[in-house]
Amino acid sequence: MNMREITYRQALNEALAEELARDPNVFLMGEEVAEYKGAYKVSQGLLERFGPKRIIDTPISENGFAGLGVGAAMVGLRPIIEFMTFSFSFVAFDQVVNNAPNMLTMSGGQFNIPITFRGPNGPAHQLGATHSHATECLYANVPGLKVCTPATPRDAKGLLKTAVRDNNPVLVLESELLYSSKGMIEPAETELLIPLGEAEVKREGSDVTIVCYAQTVALALAVAEKLEDEDISAEVLDLRSIKPLDERAIYDSVAKTHRVVIVEQDRPFCGVGAEVCYRIQKNIFDQLDAPIGRVSQEDVPMPYNERLEKAVLPNAEKLIAAVKKACYA
Amino acid sequence: MQPAEQRDEVEMLWLMLLIRRFEERASQQYQAQKIGGFCHLYIGQEAVVTGAIAATRFDDYIITAYRDHAHALARGTSANACMAELFGKDTGCSRGLGGSMHFFDKEHHMYGGHAIVAAHVPLACGLAFACKYRSEDRVTLCFFGDGAINQGSFHEALNLAALFKLPVIFICENNLFAMGTSVERSTSLKQIIDRAEGYDIPSCVVDGMNFRHVRDTLSEVVESIRKDPHPAFVEARTYRYRGHSMSDPASYRTKEQLEQYRLDDPITRLRAQLTREGKLSNEKFDELDKEAKQIALESVKFAEQSDEPPLEKLYDYTYV
Repeated sequence: MNMREITYRQALNEALAEELARDPNVFLMGEEVAEYKGAYKVSQGLLERFGPKRIIDTPISENGFAGLGVGAAMVGLRPIIEFMTFSFSFVAFDQVVNNAPNMLTMSGGQFNIPITFRGPNGPAHQLGATHSHATECLYANVPGLKVCTPATPRDAKGLLKTAVRDNNPVLVLESELLYSSKGMIEPAETELLIPLGEAEVKREGSDVTIVCYAQTVALALAVAEKLEDEDISAEVLDLRSIKPLDERAIYDSVAKTHRVVIVEQDRPFCGVGAEVCYRIQKNIFDQLDAPIGRVSQEDVPMPYNERLEKAVLPNAEKLIAAVKKACYA
Repeated sequence: MQPAEQRDEVEMLWLMLLIRRFEERASQQYQAQKIGGFCHLYIGQEAVVTGAIAATRFDDYIITAYRDHAHALARGTSANACMAELFGKDTGCSRGLGGSMHFFDKEHHMYGGHAIVAAHVPLACGLAFACKYRSEDRVTLCFFGDGAINQGSFHEALNLAALFKLPVIFICENNLFAMGTSVERSTSLKQIIDRAEGYDIPSCVVDGMNFRHVRDTLSEVVESIRKDPHPAFVEARTYRYRGHSMSDPASYRTKEQLEQYRLDDPITRLRAQLTREGKLSNEKFDELDKEAKQIALESVKFAEQSDEPPLEKLYDYTYV
């Protein structure tokens, strides 16, 4: 197969176009998705190809259009709702956490909600406290929601396409910092579907497992590369989905390396890493040769100042220190 | 499919009686602690939903807030399924998983039963959006109380409905109180329909205690929407005889006010109209009432005898 190189942005665009072409029930709605082509140009060309009936600009009204999507999904449409950033999804929090995931239970199984909420998530660059939220731990806490966090163009395309076809509400948490990143992917005509709840070993190793997702995958790979020089062989496990969580893949890797460091883009308190850490110690405690390490954001609202922002975020230095500690190196 | 506007007025009177007798039983069962959680009764407001149903087709969509028993019954959900839901039983319209505030019935196009004030108003836009998307001529009826009109989601939904020209009728059941707070104390408007004007949505006021007025006004609105999809706003002026919920003694209003409204009772009024016109005898009315009482009573028996949702299915409704 002739693999080709495309950007994360192009990969998402391909996924949207393919799903829109495949199923007339699919439509894309959000702020600036149509005429502006997406705040991050993810929906470039879609208005021209699919028309204003299916590529729909909304006013700045997150609760309103997220709720409209949930209502349309109740009668079988398959909305893709774009949040310009997931930091804005809080304005629609009630629709995302109260209406979308509860409907199936509240109706005794009568109404499933096949909706996709997507957009950039997590800190970008000097956007300050209101625009830098990593929301994965909040949404993964809600039964009825599925949450995925693609880190590469290939995963972005495969996961988004799967999300659109899922019959439950799925959040596809993209990343502003990744939109222009490049990666290898199957030819356009190949149907690429990546199941939710399937992690991927992005790099094999034998001494320590670095569990990561989204923005921290590239960081983990770079750190693993560096550690090679110091004779530490790090395995990089990309969760890809936060919920459902691929516990099997985590345990398999830990059973091989016996040491774990989790590096996450969200906050430490009740963050994704806290849950992963709990499950590892609960289920395969005997396999561990060292306490589980964890690198996350600092527990503060995001400062604007560049130097302080860097201090809040996970970085190579912090991750290397955590890995070395786990390896007693 | 029979257009509801052709449905017999005597049948609609019976429906109002059924709603009232059902809720009287529900009230009694709540006091007997057979029903848990919150329970909001509709008694007094029956003409609103009944009139609206009489003006629409069976395949039109309906969605409402948490005072929802009447809306399900009016739509055709059986009293048995409604009472069983209140009892939390597997035979309930939401399999005992929704409760009083979350009645759903897909078969009868009843889309809930929503308990966060005004959170369902955007959902109504979605239902109407789907109809327009599929070029169907269905109308969506979205009911809510006067308390909903100060919530952000209400405003966002009205703007979207107007912007996208969605075939939805926003029906504000103004019973004068949002829980215990009167409209005067909650809303910075002289009249509620001014909210609609703010979004360039055509609006009107109906006497929510008068079945015929509700039906006839809604029929005109529905007809206009079917011809050319657009939103509309109807304020139905009505009154609930009971408190906000079962635990509310309603001390924020006077006995005199309640008595005043009782004189205007929607069931008494339609009965008088039909009797005057020679369409209903006293014997026939008594028969209808007896039947409604019997159905309500039997629904309690049905609910009592029904099974609870099986414990082993606890995880079956989180994902499909």
